[in-house]
Amino acid sequence: MSFINYAAREINVKIVYYGPGLCGKTTNLQYIYEKSNPQQKGKLISLATETDRTLFFDFLPLDLGSVRGFKTRFHLYTVPGQVFYDASRKLILKGVDGVVFVADSQEARMDANVESLRNLDDNLADNGFELKTIPYVLQLNKRDLPSAVSVEEIQRKLVFKGEPSFEAVATIGTGVFETLKAVAKQVLYELRRR
Amino acid sequence: MTVDSSNLVMYEEEFERITDLLQRLRVDASAKIVFLVDKNGQQIAGAGEIDQVDTTSLASLTAGNVAATDGLARLIGEKEFSILFHEGRKDNIHISIVGQRLILVVIFDERSSLGLVRLRVRKASADVERILVEMEAKAQEVGAADMASPFAEITDEDIDALFSE
Repeated sequence: MSFINYAAREINVKIVYYGPGLCGKTTNLQYIYEKSNPQQKGKLISLATETDRTLFFDFLPLDLGSVRGFKTRFHLYTVPGQVFYDASRKLILKGVDGVVFVADSQEARMDANVESLRNLDDNLADNGFELKTIPYVLQLNKRDLPSAVSVEEIQRKLVFKGEPSFEAVATIGTGVFETLKAVAKQVLYELRRR
Repeated sequence: MTVDSSNLVMYEEEFERITDLLQRLRVDASAKIVFLVDKNGQQIAGAGEIDQVDTTSLASLTAGNVAATDGLARLIGEKEFSILFHEGRKDNIHISIVGQRLILVVIFDERSSLGLVRLRVRKASADVERILVEMEAKAQEVGAADMASPFAEITDEDIDALFSE
């Protein structure tokens, strides 16, 4: 649910990074935070455990510039990936405008990817959204690992509506901004359509 | 789902009315900061010493806090906990739900008291809720006239330009 503020001439949208535990959702946000101009970004908030696992969410507000005189403010959130934090994941999807699914390319994580995608579908539905219609981008992360399976194989398992997908190595930033740009574009197109 | 699924659209007039209301509440409750956020974490308006705090983070964390508390409420069979109160050494935060979709945050110190804040918040909430209903009616009306989104005329080039750097 975007928020259009005519008084301040700004539009706020919410993007959620979803995916299985340790797939690199927080790393995506950290990279975006590091590489953005100070005047563009707010504070990166991480509600994490002592071992740096996301407990509730990470949050990064980002100004992407103006469109037609309206400031576009993107609020980027991650969810906790670990299976047992499902109640928190559901809460964070409330009012979402676009979703990035970060898949872990390692062979051993394929089942976790599939399970997490199914979980995303369920939790979106509980919030009144449809995975089929919501702005959505797939990121294939950890492409640099030797145990990464082929792009075709992951796509065969995870692509379901011809969504854009990007190969990424979030730790060094490969594919991170391409992913963000793709989902932001879809969200803006969706706003135009409404 | 009716109101919750729609976009929130705020025009100049309502923004000013809400800001006036928050300013009055701040004075009446002897508070430091009064702040209105939507349940998704978007900040709507504020009054008082708002340049002293990171309002974007405040908005997001407040919404997270309320969402988690809502989850707790449902777990034990409550509809919601409509008021949250955090007591600090110097400053306190009073959080209340307005009209099911907004969150009113009042930050106050020893110059005020929980009782006074609760009393003033109750009155102000009713006023904010009234404006909210009007806001939604107006957004629907204007939306019907196909004016709700400033993005209706947006081109692919406009969007590309955002990412040109």
